[in-house]
Amino acid sequence: MVISCEPLARLIEAFNKLPGIGPKSAQRLAYYLLHRPDEEAEVLAEAILALKEKIGLCSVCFNITDCDPCPICQDKERDHSKICVVERPSDIPPLERTGKYKGVYHVLHGAVSPTQGIGPEELKAKELLSRLQDGSVTEVILATNPNLEGETTAMYLRRMILPLGICITRLARGLPFGADLEYADDMTLAQALEGRQEF
Amino acid sequence: MGTPRSYQTQAIIIKQTRLGEADKILTIYTPEFGKLKAVAKGTCRPRSKFGGNVEPLTHSLMMLARGRNLDIVTQSQTIDGFLTLKSDLWRMACGFYLLELVDSFTVESSENPPLFDLLLDTLHRLCRADSSEIVLRYFELHFLHYLGYRPQLHQCVICDSPFQPVVNFFSSSQGGILCPHCSEKEPESRPLSVDALKILRLWQDCDYATTKRVRVKAELSSQLKHVVQGYIKYLLQREIKSVAWLEQLKGS
Repeated sequence: MVISCEPLARLIEAFNKLPGIGPKSAQRLAYYLLHRPDEEAEVLAEAILALKEKIGLCSVCFNITDCDPCPICQDKERDHSKICVVERPSDIPPLERTGKYKGVYHVLHGAVSPTQGIGPEELKAKELLSRLQDGSVTEVILATNPNLEGETTAMYLRRMILPLGICITRLARGLPFGADLEYADDMTLAQALEGRQEF
Repeated sequence: MGTPRSYQTQAIIIKQTRLGEADKILTIYTPEFGKLKAVAKGTCRPRSKFGGNVEPLTHSLMMLARGRNLDIVTQSQTIDGFLTLKSDLWRMACGFYLLELVDSFTVESSENPPLFDLLLDTLHRLCRADSSEIVLRYFELHFLHYLGYRPQLHQCVICDSPFQPVVNFFSSSQGGILCPHCSEKEPESRPLSVDALKILRLWQDCDYATTKRVRVKAELSSQLKHVVQGYIKYLLQREIKSVAWLEQLKGS
């Protein structure tokens, strides 16, 4: 369908670039907004602009934030001697939701992926090492994803941090709640057995 | 009778790419169908029945259903997860290198059962305490052979003359060894000592058990690595990305 109205065509094109939005969904969204009150469109436009204008990276942990340092790094109540290393900013909210962790974070912004040519230089790994130099950190928790890239990243970081004499821990791996034992793979089961606890 | 709607195959998982919210497209290498791409639905969910069974560097038994575009993985059971390989940074890097080579050189739906066996055997060898350099060189030379790129190491590629015990040359563009006289026409060719040529021939012609018995000095091993990887780079017309990672780990 050819859209003769230029602003509408531009909006459809913009929506179409979003992940998971095809041409039909883009059209539906654009026509939906066309029929909504002006204020609703303004709120949406403002939110998108603010996202790009106000959000940056925390200079300490590299989490996304609208103030620098981020609220977690500024929080005096938190334990700054523990750093939990995650791959992406989106990994922090689930860890926070557990309410079990009161330390601070470090976001790597990716994982080592040799076949895609992503090495540690592309990540915030050097910044993590410089954070550990002053001796105030006693534990580094490697919370990279339990897949091949995440494992490679964790093993590489372990190799780099080990000479500093800091305690390095890795998130436990095992069976997720609600899983089926018969579908578990060898590696998960082996690690679940190794990490078993007295009940 | 039409083709059955589902089929079972052994597979080595080469690569995963995200598809939408929770699905993944797997690139797998199978003995019967060569390289295939298939969708594993719901893999990213914690309670997925696939979980680690579809991680790269895993040998699995898979059930696939024919799809309109891509086939769909309906079941996957790990035969060997190569746990020793996955718990060592260097061996895992070697594994990544093998997977990238296979992915870069093969096309979809072109079966090559010896290549599957070679890849599987090599992953098992990496799990053992064998020298990873010899394991990789043996794989590279036999991999090139199964793909039809076997380098000519027994006579000069240009003049067919047998080799004299002097420094000869390896030419990637000619696909083999040149005698000193013919090498003048190929300025890009690399010098290859008598010992280096003997080792290359041994790796190419003998089985793995014989190959691993021969100790190779570090300097010679490095020369041979550059010759073979230079040839691979020439054939592919680009770098293999995981080589940089191997080099980085070796250096650190």
